[in-house]
Amino acid sequence: MVNGTSPSYDQTEPGTELPPRQYQVTRRDLVRYAGASGDFNVIHWNERVARSVGLPDVIAHGMLTMALAGRFLTEWAGDPGAIAEYGVRFSAPVVVPDDDKGATVEVAGTVTGRLDGNRVAIDVTAKANGTKVLTRARAVVRLAPC
Amino acid sequence: MAINTDYVGRTFEPSAPYEVSRVKIAEFADAIGEPSALCRDRAAAQAAGYPDVIAPPTFAIVVTAANSARVTHDPALGVNYAMIVHGEQSFEHARPLHAGDVVVSQTTIESIRPVGTMTTLTTVTRIRTVDGEHVCTARSTLVERGA
Repeated sequence: MVNGTSPSYDQTEPGTELPPRQYQVTRRDLVRYAGASGDFNVIHWNERVARSVGLPDVIAHGMLTMALAGRFLTEWAGDPGAIAEYGVRFSAPVVVPDDDKGATVEVAGTVTGRLDGNRVAIDVTAKANGTKVLTRARAVVRLAPC
Repeated sequence: MAINTDYVGRTFEPSAPYEVSRVKIAEFADAIGEPSALCRDRAAAQAAGYPDVIAPPTFAIVVTAANSARVTHDPALGVNYAMIVHGEQSFEHARPLHAGDVVVSQTTIESIRPVGTMTTLTTVTRIRTVDGEHVCTARSTLVERGA
């Protein structure tokens, strides 16, 4: 967890904003994610092939972008097991240039409702280079009661 | 070649059992930068009420990967894999996957829809333990761009 205290259901109202976060994604991160996930699609590590299929450059795995926005949720909740439901639409690729900085993915989220079972619904946004890279990103997160 | 719409509603054979390991969970957590001790430290996970270290929510994609590839590479389904992009993904977790889980996944083709020059293929993959406990439902939409 980020600040040493996990949010509780009782104190989490609709409209609560989760602290926004920025995540850097470099080529090294893509190679590492490829190995960890088993997704070795060439467009995630080979610029020549990425350009040959009409992409501007190498792009991040959509599932890595989803995982970063998931990490945003689990860090807030303080428990990677707290995510009951999580879904996204991949609206634009995260282009990762061949430099030391890579791409920056900016993630934010807002609590949209309180559900039964100490669960809350959250809308998530993720942007890179000012473009929304995830849309319809929604999660249901289970919190401690109080 | 278009995707074969006869496959709508078809359920594929279950995958071979996949054993969730502590090492793979830690490797995946490192790769996505998930800092939680619950993904690495068994004692911490048990103190939080879990049987062993738990996987981050999107780890389920690793469990289903072999099965998904088998479906999308089925020649009779007719997916042009070079033209595929990942459109949507969702997970419903009955509980987190944890080290020691031995699970099988089984995929059903939910829909195949033309959208302009593109075709969307939505699959639903259910992950359950070899003892039959439902753990996760993963829904995936792939988009085949027109050639």
